[in-house]
Amino acid sequence: MTQVRVANAVPRIEVLQPLVDKITGGAPLQEGRVTLDIPQLSDNGHSVPMKISIASPMSERDYVRTVHVLSEKNPRPVIATYHLNPQCGRAEITTRVRLNGEQRLLVIAAMSDGSFQAASASVIVTETACLDAS
Amino acid sequence: MVARIQVPKEAKRGELIAVRIAIQHPMETGFRFDHSGKPIPKNVVNTLTCSYGGVEIFRAEMGSGISANPYLQFYTRATASGELVFEWVDDAGERGSERVAITVTG
Repeated sequence: MTQVRVANAVPRIEVLQPLVDKITGGAPLQEGRVTLDIPQLSDNGHSVPMKISIASPMSERDYVRTVHVLSEKNPRPVIATYHLNPQCGRAEITTRVRLNGEQRLLVIAAMSDGSFQAASASVIVTETACLDAS
Repeated sequence: MVARIQVPKEAKRGELIAVRIAIQHPMETGFRFDHSGKPIPKNVVNTLTCSYGGVEIFRAEMGSGISANPYLQFYTRATASGELVFEWVDDAGERGSERVAITVTG
């Protein structure tokens, strides 16, 4: 398999870079196996449905170890971390998240072979959660 | 803490089953204030684990970016009859747990 433009495949989000480096130890983020399903536009940031799926056989030899969900603008950028193992059978997680403003989400999947797959999505939230001081 | 869990009661051996859990919890962000202007301390369900037949199969570490009444769906392969045990804890140290039995046939 040839990987084209691996280094540029997933956007580099400057504010998240220290976190990304901590997760990957400097290894590149590869694109293609992570699908991030989240509405582009939400009226309300308090509860935005999000589905993460990673193409993986989830076998003993090839599975997803950890899934990191990072946010560009939330006051705490780490939304969640999920630990999976081959027993899961399918690498798919659905949850609901709080989001703030117009931003990008970055999902990084740490694979069992030590590589990192990632995907990013842009979201616009008209009424934000997180910073709501009411 | 109350939780609603959905797991099929029965499954064929090797079948992929969806596990759904929703925990009743405000998931306080720590960015809100009460009527007197005092900040409400952060209190979220920070860890949720699920074990199947005594082995941990899934663990979620969550932050204030997860919505109130956190909901999660993930998958597991039905390998043997037994129990799925869910355990979670919030920042205040309050713990919750729930058990669901599953019968695996074939």
